[in-house]
Amino acid sequence: MPSVHDRGGMPTTEPIDRSSHEWADWEHLVNALVGVLRRRDLLNVDELRRGIEAMSPPEYEASTYYERWSASIETILVEKGILSADEIAEAAQEVDARWG
Amino acid sequence: MSDDHSHPDLKHHVPLSERAKRAIAIHRLLVAKGIIGPAEVESVIDQVRTRSPADGAKVVARAWTDPAYKGRLLSDSRSAVLELGYRLSRDADLAVVENTAGVHHLVVCTLCSCYPTALLGPPPDWYKSFAYRQRAVVEPRAVLREFGTELDECARVRVVDSTADLRYLVLPRRPGGTDGMSEVELAGLVTRDSMVGVGEAKTP
Repeated sequence: MPSVHDRGGMPTTEPIDRSSHEWADWEHLVNALVGVLRRRDLLNVDELRRGIEAMSPPEYEASTYYERWSASIETILVEKGILSADEIAEAAQEVDARWG
Repeated sequence: MSDDHSHPDLKHHVPLSERAKRAIAIHRLLVAKGIIGPAEVESVIDQVRTRSPADGAKVVARAWTDPAYKGRLLSDSRSAVLELGYRLSRDADLAVVENTAGVHHLVVCTLCSCYPTALLGPPPDWYKSFAYRQRAVVEPRAVLREFGTELDECARVRVVDSTADLRYLVLPRRPGGTDGMSEVELAGLVTRDSMVGVGEAKTP
């Protein structure tokens, strides 16, 4: 059985939804953050991809596109010791308290 | 919901998912620690906004009007787009595939969303959707029909699967009735969809 990200040929009768959504500000932020991290050699495309592919299948399927990128950025930065999981969790709580 | 309107991340007051909050948190930490500059993300956001399918359209229009350029574009896409001032990221190569009367190319990224953003801007939502990624490789003609593209029965459909290392751009067929049109006018006929292969260039 193929991995969850390997979608080519997975059976579906779902039509293609051609509508587009306007990016939320945090989606602009995630997209640009990857660009900044790439430029600074802190994250490359293959690492971003690996971080996405390392998500559990249920989380992968339930996440939106930039939620998957967010998960991957976190995985890779923690793995490299650039940030710790605890400080991210703490900072996320502050974000939640102010703007959640 | 807070009344704090000062934070640039949150102009729209929609509830944030856990992953969204963590992304904002990561950004704040990276800035606070001096790992990235405070304005770097904003500057990339502005750069991303400047890229659109109009860039790819200029490349296509040049190829339609200059056979020597077209040859270079098909054989060494990276150098050819650089001639027009488009710099591709160093870790992903570009291949330009030509649509003809006999062969129609359709681009997908089954694994994720690889796309020539330097020439087209960010990919549309449908390109990243599970339905497109799953179906394009098994029933491309049905997918094309959903986009309103009906191909000649005799035309062969070739689906190309982009990867993180190699992205594809379709060189659509130049429509009839365009003799004598300028490069700028021709570029106006080149749509995003025609460069992904789900559509064809507009007719004048």
